[in-house]
Order: sequence, then structure tokens, then C-alpha cells
Amino acid sequence: MYYDPFVLPFMIGLNILCIYLVVTYVRWIRSFSRADRHTILKNMISIKTLRACKEIFLESLVHHKIYRTSPFLGYMHMCFGLGWFLLIVVGKIESLVYHTSLFNPPYFAIFFRFFHPANEAFPHSNVFAFLMDLILLMILSGLALAWFKRLYSRLLGMKRTTRHRPFDRLILTVLWLIFPVRFLAESFTSGSRGGGSFLTHSAGEFFASFLPVESLSYPMWWVYSSVLGIFFLLLPFSRYMHIPTEMVYIFLKNWGVKQGRKFTAISKFQLYACSRCGICIDQCQLGSSLGLTTTQPVYFLKKIRHHEDYSQEIDNCLMCGRCENACPVDLHLNLLRLSQRKDYTHITKNTYTYIPAPRIPKARVAYFAGCMGHLTPGVIRAMRQLFEKAGIEYTFIDEQNGICCGRPMMLSGNYNAASIVVERNRTAILNSGAEILVTSCPICYTTFKENYHLNLKIMHHTEYIAQLISQGLLHPHASELRTVFHNPCELGRGNGICESPMQVLQAVSRPVPTKYDGKKSLCCGGSLANLHITPTQRSRLSEDALNAYLSYHPDVLVTACPLCKKTFAKNHHTVPIKDIAEIVAENC
Amino acid sequence: MNPMNVIIIGAGTAGCEAAYRLAKAGFTVELVEKECTPGGNLNNWFQLFPDRKQASALRQLLQQQVEHPSIRLHTDTVPVKIERQDARHYAMELDNGARLEGNALLVTTGFRTFDASRKEEYGYGIYENVITSVELENYFANRQILTSTGKRPERIGLIQCVGSRDEKMCNFHCSKVCCITAVKQAMELRELLPDAEILCFYMDMRMFGPGYEEMYREAQEKYNIKFVRGRLSEASENQAKQVVVKCEDTLVGKPMRMTLDLMVLMVGMEASDGSRWVAKELQLPLAPNGFIQPGDPHYATNRTAVEGVFVAGCATSPMNLTDTLTDARSAALAIGEFLNGNEHYN
Amino acid sequence: MNNIWGFTISSARVIDYDKNDRSFAQYMTDTVPSSQLCIGCGGCTATCTAGALTDFNIRKLQMLVKRGENREAGEQMHKCMLCGKCLLVCPRGVDTRRMIFAMLKYIDNQKL
Repeated sequence: MYYDPFVLPFMIGLNILCIYLVVTYVRWIRSFSRADRHTILKNMISIKTLRACKEIFLESLVHHKIYRTSPFLGYMHMCFGLGWFLLIVVGKIESLVYHTSLFNPPYFAIFFRFFHPANEAFPHSNVFAFLMDLILLMILSGLALAWFKRLYSRLLGMKRTTRHRPFDRLILTVLWLIFPVRFLAESFTSGSRGGGSFLTHSAGEFFASFLPVESLSYPMWWVYSSVLGIFFLLLPFSRYMHIPTEMVYIFLKNWGVKQGRKFTAISKFQLYACSRCGICIDQCQLGSSLGLTTTQPVYFLKKIRHHEDYSQEIDNCLMCGRCENACPVDLHLNLLRLSQRKDYTHITKNTYTYIPAPRIPKARVAYFAGCMGHLTPGVIRAMRQLFEKAGIEYTFIDEQNGICCGRPMMLSGNYNAASIVVERNRTAILNSGAEILVTSCPICYTTFKENYHLNLKIMHHTEYIAQLISQGLLHPHASELRTVFHNPCELGRGNGICESPMQVLQAVSRPVPTKYDGKKSLCCGGSLANLHITPTQRSRLSEDALNAYLSYHPDVLVTACPLCKKTFAKNHHTVPIKDIAEIVAENC
Repeated sequence: MNPMNVIIIGAGTAGCEAAYRLAKAGFTVELVEKECTPGGNLNNWFQLFPDRKQASALRQLLQQQVEHPSIRLHTDTVPVKIERQDARHYAMELDNGARLEGNALLVTTGFRTFDASRKEEYGYGIYENVITSVELENYFANRQILTSTGKRPERIGLIQCVGSRDEKMCNFHCSKVCCITAVKQAMELRELLPDAEILCFYMDMRMFGPGYEEMYREAQEKYNIKFVRGRLSEASENQAKQVVVKCEDTLVGKPMRMTLDLMVLMVGMEASDGSRWVAKELQLPLAPNGFIQPGDPHYATNRTAVEGVFVAGCATSPMNLTDTLTDARSAALAIGEFLNGNEHYN
Repeated sequence: MNNIWGFTISSARVIDYDKNDRSFAQYMTDTVPSSQLCIGCGGCTATCTAGALTDFNIRKLQMLVKRGENREAGEQMHKCMLCGKCLLVCPRGVDTRRMIFAMLKYIDNQKL
């Protein structure tokens, strides 16, 4: 029987942690809705589970999404994630090969170098020793990078890194101690008794030359076990709770549990799955343009988790989705923010009964300009011209007395009121008898798709124009204009429409590629979701965004959202800002 | 000894007047103008307020004045480089290759009118029957007001504060003259269209000059002009190509919809491109509204932060013609004192 | 008492500025300082969707609050659709949408 009292701290910590995690997760999962639990059961034994395993490997261990931000940062996270995992797995295999029994206690593999007499050879013992040293080296190199990152975060591709609480710093120190201590413990053991490979063996010989490694090695194992034990005990109360939670979250996500507009158990999983890597910080334009440094998701989620006051942060978010797009854990950051917004209105079904049910002429195609569209008549005129050119008969739903689509209300948390508005608009759209609903406003587009439950094809005008061109109904001629496309948040990131605008622009102009293309686009600053920043701050944000696009020296800056167009138009520049429909209409 | 020489950039009202006053005081003047004729924005105007004098009368007077033998007029050219060797020595290169030298510099680069198409919700450049106040002056010169469909307009709206006092256009300043221009234009419209309904949409009526308030009263009393206190939010176009406007009649407290046969946007003033260029070239500080910042709002209205560089007229802020002419004369006086070395205020 | 003379005697038609509770107005000033910039041009009301269909008048509403006529304001507040169009037309840069939120929040807290 392999046993020594020094394994106790490790074992106590590990057991308490396991019990805590199981109890917590079971409690959360039990609070899932019946429908969610049903979905989980249905999808558990399916290909989705394998997909989840693959995702866990790629995200929790390799951290492959972080490589997009920076290869260094990705490597650093991979060293910890994959490295530690391999250390455990290879260590376990090594112990199994040596012991040839499946049932050795969990600490045996961890403290294998202590229990295994070095002189006793077993199959491939040298290979294992080499592998274990290699993995340890990998982790230590990651650790060096982490230290380096604390000092010079910019070099690792992050302008800013997360600010932590004192408690977080304590556990960070404990985590950073684990591997150097293991390295020392193994080296000292190797120095006194032999064993190990290129790393620990050489280090052992080196230490033995000037240190009493014989008497130091046993206390060092105590330290190692204690550090591990402390880490396990602190883990649930620290950000490292993300390690186990992220894995469970990936399973739940793949099994089809969705974040809704309310704060539910899946929100809790997400709250704890945030690793506070801080990648969202650099994405946030509120930080880069306005110097606001407390509202980014990493801090927002932290405040919720630790029950700090986050009332201001609830409102102070553009919901542009740039953070969500970059989040390596794939958290639904917008919905999480929205779940905290409270419905302050006292709206009942009667409040909006004043809205008359409009009578709409029937046609196969229905056009909806949106509230903001009426402030950009240029877009409406362009759409009318395009409909005419393509010979499409259409009905203009909100030509007179249109009402809001309801999304601005939802973005502020007022779902009840919105549902009434939605119902009215829905009736109008259905009355038109249309098969295709074309809208100029990406905000309306999102709601139509998500909340209207319409049994017809919903298209943003970029998609529709692209379709008209590919069907040969529109014949635009290519101009020599250099265009830069600003993809509105709700269109590109929100609905994944990145191809159609590019196809259209290629047909009528010479689009200039930018680093803000597709889902990496910048928010114009006009977002209706932010309920906090002042108009002056909005102007500054939009000026910064505009200048970023204009640094590519386009002849025209093209967008596809009336709100973005109006927001950008505020700052006078020599470069005209046009909607994609206007560019096409001009070149038809 | 050769007389001292002053370079003036811009032969608009202020430039012409200052040039003449300096010439009369014994200086020689190099007067640079980007257009073919002097006169600046005055050339676009038909009648002046408050006395309804023909703008051409004042224009001719100014043009006669700049024929003074001490004034050399360089038209159809713009400066490409300004060198300031010291406070009393300037060299300027023009895009026609000429090189001018002077002992003082006067910036009279004036204003530009607001580009109304930036205020997209008003539909300028999109709807056929939306014009600017500048275009209306042109209509007056031709003595004919017709809509795009060739009709005599029955209802005309004049919209004030287009591009002025508008945070959304980043123009916070008041252009001062649009209120009185609207009143003047409404009266001219009435004379051409005795039966039409003419309405002015305003936020505030700022009748600051002598005789202006009286003119406003006269417009109500004798010309039957209607005034609506409310800012236009947006306009649309109907099948008949009429303009449908939305505003709130704030004195009634209800939103209002109205169909207009013709809509006139009273475009505000912005610092001209020339002012911006000169300011950059000579590192003159700009006021937040983009106009050139004078040295002091009371005593040094014609001085700039750069010694020897003077400024007059609408390059410093929106002004009416009266003030522009006065300002130009004041600048001529300040330059004279500067060059003769007997300045009063430092 | 009613209709004896063909009309009813209602509460005073005068804004009693001395007696009115202006804490709501103070709250609005504090939370949305830009609300002070209003010059009453009516652009917001003109563009307002709710205003076109009901007697909801955002310009008047915030003016009522500023004068302490809270009850009258409270009755109308909820008709706003929060679409944000007013925000895009205001020539003074008043954060109209946030102003409405602030008012709704206040009313929610005070149960006005």
C-alpha cells in the first residue's frame, strides 16, 4: 500500500471540491425548466455529446479560440489547460503501467515520483519520464508567459488585462506555485534518489551540488500536496471555478439548453464559466473610445457573481456583440446583460390599444422601412427605385403611421409592452399577404426573425438586393468607387449576414478590405441598447469608429442601417456616407 | 519709401471694404479671390434686409471701390502656401504661380452655407420641391416661383435653423441672419404670389438688428405671413410630389402634419473651407464652432493669436452685411495702426 | 355641485410652483443632466410614433415634470414605445430616451 501522511491535504481538498461541485451542479440543473430538462435527456445520447467532447478538447484544453486574439495568449492558456490535463492523464497511464492495476488511489499518480523508487525500471519508464518532464516544461513555459503578461500585457496581444480582487490574486499565487513546487519536489527527489528525465534529473543534479536535497525533498512534497489542497479548497470561490463549470456548460449548450431573456440556471453556469481572461476588454468600444473600464462583461459578470452593485453596468452596454464574438467560452454576453434589465413600465394590453390596425394593400413583397428609415428618406427612395427597376410589385407597410417593431423595448427589458407592439405589426404584415418581407433596418430584421414567428421569408435589403442581382433582375454596373463597408452590429454579428453585402458591393464598386470586415465591425455608437452614455459620449464613440473606417481612404463609406447612417452623418466629413441600397440604385 | 503692403485673402464684402479703406489710408493691397469676380456670397443675393435694397447696388459699389489704383485684384486663384517670416513680412504663393509679399495679412475668407443634404430627414436633394434659401434668391432674380411640376405653389413653408443650433449636425451656433432672411424672403414671396399661403417654421425669432423686429411685425400685419413655433422633425413626399412635413405646433401642444407645395430650407453659416485652410496654414486657433477665434471678443475682434494676421467678417462668426462692413473698416483701422506702429490695445 | 352652472369646478388651472413637489424634477436633472438643454422646439413630439396616435406629448411631459405637475405627467408616461426616434431629431442633444427611462424608474419606485 502506497501511503504517506503528506497526501492528506491533497486528498481532503480534492474530496471537498468534488462534493461541492456535484452538489452545486445538481442543484442548478434541478432548477432547469421542465422543457430544458427534457431537451437534455433527449440529446444526451446523441452525436451532440461527442460534439461537446470535441469542443471541450478544443476550447477548455487547447483554447483554440484564444489563438485568434493572439498566438502567444493562446499558447499560454493551452500550456495550463492542455498541459495540466496531459500531466494528469500521462501520469495516470504511467502509474497504471507501473502498478498494472486500475485501482490505485488518485494521489498515487500525482505523487508518482515520490512513491516510485527510481532504480526500479518498468516498461517504457524512460519514455514516461521524458514525457512527464516535457509536459512540465511546457506548463512552466506557459507560467513564464503568464508572469510576463501581468507585466507587459500588450506584447501578448492584449492592450489591457483584467484587474483582480485580492482574493483572486491569492489563488493566482497558489496556482502559480503549484508547478514550480512540483518541479522542485521532483528535482530534489531525483537529486537524492535518481530518476526523472532531462528536466528534473538535470535540475536535481544541479540542486544537489549546493543544497541538502536529501532532507529538502520530503518537505517539498508536503508543500506540493498542501498547495494543491489549498487550490482545490479555494477554487469554488475564485475565478478558477470556470475550469469545471466551462466543461459542464459546453455539454449543456450542446445538448440544447439556451439562454433566454431571463436569468436562469444556465445563466449561472455561464456566470461561473467566465474565466476572466479579459479578451472582451479590448473589444469594448466604451473602453477604447470613452475610457469606461468597469462595464465590460468580465467585470459585469464578476459583479453579479460577488453581489456587488452593478446597476449602472446593466444599462451601460451598447450590445454591439463585439465581446460576445470574441469570447473564447462562447458566453451569451448580450442576453446575460439583458436578463438583468428590469421592466419598469406598467404596460398592459390596454396601453397600446390606441394603435390602429392598418389596412395594407396586398402584394407578394412587403417592404418595411422602420422608424429610423423615415429619417433617412434617401434609403427609402433607393429601395423604391430598385423595386421599380427589378419590376417587383411591393407594398410599403409602414409608409404611413408605422409603429415601432418592438426591439428597442425589448433591448431595454420591456418584453411585455413589446409583445403588444409585435402583435400589431404582425397583423399588418400578415394582412399584406406577402411571401417576402424586406426591411431596411437591421434592428427590425432581428425582431422579425426572432420574435414575430412569421411564416414567410424575412430579408434585409442587402440580402434582397443580392438575390435580385443573382436572379438577373437588377443589372448594376461596376463603378470605380473605392468603398469601405461598415457592417451594422445587428446585421453582421447579430444575424451573420456578411456575404451578401460583399457580393453586392463587389458588383457595384471596388470594396476595400479592412480589419473591421464582417463580424469584426465597429459599433457606430448609435445603439439603442445603451441606456447610460450621454449624447456627447455617443458622438465621440461614433467619431472614433468613423475615423477608423476612413483611415482606409474610401470614396464612400457604405453601411446598411438607417440608424448607423444617421449616427455617422453627425460628424461632417468629406467622405459621403451612403446606404448600400443607395450605392446600387446609383449604379443601376 | 515704398508704401506698406497688405495681403487680403477673400474679396467678399469684408475683403473689398477693408481693401478700399486700406487703399484710401495710403497702403497698397493685394486682394486674392477664388472666384472670377469679387463679391463673395453677396453675389448670390437678390435683395437685402431690412430696407429691401437690391443686392446688386451694394455689389456694384464694392466692385467700383476695388478698382482703386492701390488695390491689385487677383481673381480666379487661391493661395497654396503662406509663409510668415516675421510679424511684418509675409510671402504667399498662388496657384497661378504668382508670389505676393506683404507686411500684414487680413483673412476675410467668409462663410459657406450649410450643405442641406446632410439633414437627410428634410429631403433636400431627394424630394423635388425642397430648395434652400440661396436657391430661392435665385428664383427671385428670375422673378418666377414654380414647383418642379410647373405649378404656382399654393402653400410654401420656410424652415429655419437648418444646420444651425443643431447638435445633430455638430453646429451648436446660431447663424444669426436666417430668421430675418426668412422674414424678408417670405415678404418677397408674397409680392410674387399674392394668393399663396406662406408659413415660417421657427424655434425662436431672433430679430437682433435695427428695424428687424419692425420688419417681422410688418410681415404679419401687411404681408399675411404665418408663423409656426415648432421645429420640423422630418418630411416625406406624396404622389403629387408635394412635401409633407411633420412638426409640433408647440404653442398649441399638438403634433402637426402639413402639405407644402414648396419647402425652403434656411441654411445656416459654417466656417468656409478657405477659413479652415488658412487657419491650418497659419496655426490660427478656431472657436468650437469652427470659425476663426479673434484675439479678444471686445477689444481685439480683428486680431488673431498670430501677430500681424488679422481677420474680419464672417471668417470669425456669422454676421449680417451691416456688421461685416463695420468689421472690415475696423480691421482696416487695426491694420493701419499695426503698420504705423501706434497700436492702442495690446 | 356638478353642472349647476353648466360647468364643473375642477382643481386650479394654475401651476402652483411653490407647493408643487419638485423632487421628481430634481431627480431628472440629476440622472439625465442633458434634460436641462430642452428649448421646447417640439421636434421630438413631431417625430413621435406614440404622439401621432395619442395625446402623448414628450415635450410637454418633461416640462410638466420640471414644473412639478407630476400626476399629470405620470398618467401619460407609459404610452412611449421607446423607439428612440426623438433621440435622433433633438437639436439640443437631450437624451430623450434615457429621460423617459429615468422617469419610468422614478415612477416605479415612488408608485406615483
